[in-house]
Amino acid sequence: MIDLQEIWVYLARDPLAALTATLLAWMAGLRLAALCRWHPAANPVLFAVALLAGALLLSGVEYRGYFQGAQFVHFLLGPATVALAVPLYRQWQHVRSSALAALVATIAGGGVAAAVGVGIGLLLHAAPEVTASLAPRSVTTPVAMGIAAQIGGLPGLTAALVLASGVTGATLGPTILNWARVKDWRARGLAMGTAAHGLGTARAISVNATAGAFSGLAMGLNALATALLLPLLWQIFMR
Amino acid sequence: MIGGLTTLLLCQLGGEVIARALHLPVPGPVLGMVLLFAGLLLRDRLRDDGAEPEAPGLPGLGQTADTLLRHLGLLFVPAGVGVVVYLPQMARDWAPLSLAVLAGTLAGIAFTGRLAEWLMRRHGR
Repeated sequence: MIDLQEIWVYLARDPLAALTATLLAWMAGLRLAALCRWHPAANPVLFAVALLAGALLLSGVEYRGYFQGAQFVHFLLGPATVALAVPLYRQWQHVRSSALAALVATIAGGGVAAAVGVGIGLLLHAAPEVTASLAPRSVTTPVAMGIAAQIGGLPGLTAALVLASGVTGATLGPTILNWARVKDWRARGLAMGTAAHGLGTARAISVNATAGAFSGLAMGLNALATALLLPLLWQIFMR
Repeated sequence: MIGGLTTLLLCQLGGEVIARALHLPVPGPVLGMVLLFAGLLLRDRLRDDGAEPEAPGLPGLGQTADTLLRHLGLLFVPAGVGVVVYLPQMARDWAPLSLAVLAGTLAGIAFTGRLAEWLMRRHGR
């Protein structure tokens, strides 16, 4: 007779099952996003996370146990962050003439995005670690998680907030830019990349190539500026 | 592919070592990204003979970076599933969280767009 109990214990302990489930959920997420014709609100990451989170809650497997296996995927976030230098380098030739304006706008805009978020957290009396998790949510996930860990936030919560910000920006960003009557494609790209990182950049690329290049630049610059400045500012103002 | 991955890991390792040695409050991979970017620009300067720059870095670096970044979404998934641990916090603070994400992101987009357009109009080109 097959000992289901024993098989279950093996699956819950061994990295293989968690790793396979992660990749399967990702592929299902991609399939679902394709079914929704890649609408910006139909984000494959969101689908995959919802599927896996639902599976964990239903099966009673602990997140810690799941992460034992999934950490092999998670580890690649480090090299992927380093790899962001490559698109930045490629776009450097195109954007260097407006690099100073891009730098100023990105740093100021990233500051506003972070400050408004933290301000709302403070005003509505969110828990301190929740407010700290809100601060780095405009930048790409690997960087945001690293910053959250440093300023006393919850990296896992930050990952979810980064995702939510990206989906919000990619979905509503173009409408807001129309309202604000921003017509320059360079400026529109910078705005999307600064506040909505990779998801905003993906949307910008699908609309206009110039906007896409500037969005990618803004995403890299904001990741860098936030990583350099936010922990220092946090130490000065929030301690 | 392996050469590209080695370059990325070397830069990350360098970034981690620098961050720890100098007690910098910056994630190691971000410093690694700076190292790689600076390295690529420096390489162009050293071999600046007017020729169009080739694919970035060692053979395969561009390809490896593209592959990783194309599947960047997948790499977020394990951390994103971490929300199951934070469901109590999210249930407690759902109002500030959703308001902060919505208002912060949209204010950031509008502000950055207006400022960038103004700066670029002033400085021509």
